[in-house]
Amino acid sequence: MTKQQFSLVYKTTVLLIAIAAAALLGAMVLWAIGAPVLKTFLVIFLEPLKSFYITTEVLIRLIPLVLIALGIAVAFRSGILNIGAEGQMLMGILGATIVATQMPGLPRFAIIPLSMIAGVIFGGAYGFIPGFLKAKLGVSELLSTVMLNYIAAQTYILCLRGPLIDPAELVTGSGTPQSIRFPRQAWLTRMVPGTRLHTGIIIALVLAVVIYFFLWRTSWGYKMRAAGAEAKAARYGGINVSAWLIIAMVISGAFAGLAGAVEVLGLHRRAIEGISMGYGFTGIVVALFGGLHPAGIVPSAFLFGLILVGGDMTQRMVGVPVNMVQVLQGIIILTIVSVKMVINNPYIMERAERRFNKSEHKKSEEAQA
Amino acid sequence: MIDFLYSILVLGIPFSVSLLLASLGEMYNQRAGIFNLGCEGVMSMGAFVGFVIPYFLIRAGVESGIIYVLGIAGSLAAGALLGLFFGVVVITFKAPQGIAGIGLQMFGVGVAGTLFRHFIGGIASVPGIKPMPVPLLSKIPLVGNIFFNHSLIVYLALILVPVSAWVMNRSSWGLRVRACGTAPRAVDSVGISVDRVRYQSLAVGGALAGLAGAYLSLCQVKMFADTLISGRGFIAVALVYFGRWNPWGILWGALLFSVTQVLQLKIQTMGINVPYEFAVMLPYVLVIIVLTFSNKNFQLGPSSLGKAFDRENRL
Repeated sequence: MTKQQFSLVYKTTVLLIAIAAAALLGAMVLWAIGAPVLKTFLVIFLEPLKSFYITTEVLIRLIPLVLIALGIAVAFRSGILNIGAEGQMLMGILGATIVATQMPGLPRFAIIPLSMIAGVIFGGAYGFIPGFLKAKLGVSELLSTVMLNYIAAQTYILCLRGPLIDPAELVTGSGTPQSIRFPRQAWLTRMVPGTRLHTGIIIALVLAVVIYFFLWRTSWGYKMRAAGAEAKAARYGGINVSAWLIIAMVISGAFAGLAGAVEVLGLHRRAIEGISMGYGFTGIVVALFGGLHPAGIVPSAFLFGLILVGGDMTQRMVGVPVNMVQVLQGIIILTIVSVKMVINNPYIMERAERRFNKSEHKKSEEAQA
Repeated sequence: MIDFLYSILVLGIPFSVSLLLASLGEMYNQRAGIFNLGCEGVMSMGAFVGFVIPYFLIRAGVESGIIYVLGIAGSLAAGALLGLFFGVVVITFKAPQGIAGIGLQMFGVGVAGTLFRHFIGGIASVPGIKPMPVPLLSKIPLVGNIFFNHSLIVYLALILVPVSAWVMNRSSWGLRVRACGTAPRAVDSVGISVDRVRYQSLAVGGALAGLAGAYLSLCQVKMFADTLISGRGFIAVALVYFGRWNPWGILWGALLFSVTQVLQLKIQTMGINVPYEFAVMLPYVLVIIVLTFSNKNFQLGPSSLGKAFDRENRL
C-alpha cells in the first residue's frame, strides 16, 4: 500500500470512528432518559423533510445561521474566536427595530435598507468592543464576548420594556416586553404563498458568494487570512495584524447584526423576547462544520436548521426535551475539533502506518511459513 | 453604617463560594496548561447531579443527612468525569482548547437540561443543606455570624484556599502541575508523563467545578433550573486571570464579585430606582472591566497555557 493510499484509508477510518463515537455519545444521553434512540435520530434528521411547509421552516432557520456563520468564519480565519454572535445579533435587532418603528413614514425602498444598515452598524459596533479589547489591551475575546452576550441580553430586554415597548402593552397592563408591529412597508416579502419563507434567504446566499470573493480574491481578505494563519509572519510581511483583528471582529459583528435585522424584518415583524434562540452559538457549530468556507457553510446551515426544527419535533413525537439539540451541538463541536487534529497530525498517522505495515509484514511471513 | 456593612458581609461569603470553588478548580487546570472554558457546563452537570440524588431520595422517603453526602459525592464524580472527558479531547486528541471548551459547555449544559426536563420537568426544590454553626466561635457578636455560621461546604471552600496554595507551591505534585503549565518538554525529559499530570489536574478541577454547582443547587438556591449557572462558570474562568493563578488572589476576586452581587440586591430592596436589568448586568460589566485592568497579569500566567503538548513534535 502506498503512502497516499494509506493516508486516504486512515482519514476515512478516523472519520467513521468519530461519527460512530459521536452517535454513541448522543445515544447514551437518549438511553439515560429512556427514549427510542433510532427513532429520535430519524425524527430529528428526516421528519422535517417529509412536509413541504416544514422544509421551508428549515430554510428559514438557515438564513440567520448562514449570515452568522459567515461572520464567524471571517473572524476565525483572522485568528479571533467570536462567540459573541448572540449578543451582536440582539444588538442588530435593536438597531433595525429603532429605525423601523421610529420612522414609519419612510417608503419601502428606504425603510428596509435603512433598518438593515442600522442592524449592521449596531452589530458591528458591538463586535468592535471585544476586537478592540483583544487587539489593544490583550483581553481574551473568549471571555469578553461571553460577558457581552449577557450584557446584550439584558440591554435588549431593558429597551423592550422601556423606550421601545408597544404602548398597547402599557394600556392593557400585561407589559409583555415587545415593540410595536413594524409598518407594513418594512416587511420583507414572503416568497412562497402559505409559508413564512422570506427574501432574506437571497441576501444570505448572495453574501455567501460575496464573502468567498472577499476572503479568497481580494488583498484585504488575503491579509486577514494571513494574520489569522501566522500572526508573526504576517507582521513581518508588513500586515497590521491588530488592525485587521479589529476589522475582522467588526465584520463578524456586522454579519450577526444583519442576521438579527433580517430575522426581525422578515419573520417576526416586531421585536420580541427570544428571537436569537441561541443562533449565535449554533452559528459557531455551523461555521466549524462548514470548514469555515462559504461553500461548506450553506449546506451545513441547512443541516443545523434541520436539527433545530427536528429538535422541536422530538418533544411531541418521542418525548425528548428540546435541550437535546444543545447536547448534539456540543458533541458535534467536540468531534469536529478532535477529528481535525487527529487527521492533520502527521505523527499519529505515521505511528498508525508503522503499526499497520508491521502487521502486514507479519501476515505475509506467516503466509510464507 | 455598620449594620449595612454587616448585612453585606453576612451574605457576601456564602455568595462567593460557588465562584471560589469553580475558580480554584479552573486554576488547577490552567496551572497545568489547560484552558477549560467548559467550566460552565461542568458546573451545570454538578448542580444537576447534586440536586437530583437528594431530590429522589427524599421522594423515596429517606430523610437523613446522608442524602446530601451522596448528592455531593455524585456531583464530585460527575465533575471529575466531565473533566476527564474534556481531557480526552484536548490532551489525547490535542484539539484547540478554546473552541473545545465551548463544546464542553454546550454538552454539559445541554445534558443537564435534558435530564432535568425529563426526570423533574418543572420547578422543584429540596430543603437543602442546613448551616452548621461552629461551636463557641459562632457566638462571637458580628464576626460569628459572618464567618462561622454557614454550611459545611463554605468552610471547606475557605479551607481549600490555603490548602490549594500549599499543594501548588509546596507539594511535589504541585510542582509537576506548574511545570506542565510552563515547560511541558522539561517535564517530559525527566520521565514524567505530561498527559497524566494534565489528566489528574483536569479531574481535580472538574470535581471542584462540580462541587461549585452542587453548592448552588443544594445550599444557595436549593433548586435546579436550566439557567441556574447563567455565566458563573465564565466568571470563574475570568477570576483566575484576576487572581493571577494564585488561590489567595482568587479568593479576593470571588469576594469582590459576591459583594457587588449583594450590593446589587440591596440596592433593589432599598427601592432606589435603578432598572432591574442594570443590576443583573453589573457582574458581567465588572468582569470586562476587571479583565481590562488586569491585562498585565496575562504575562504572569503559565506560558504553555492553552497549548497542546505533542511529544513527537520537535518544532
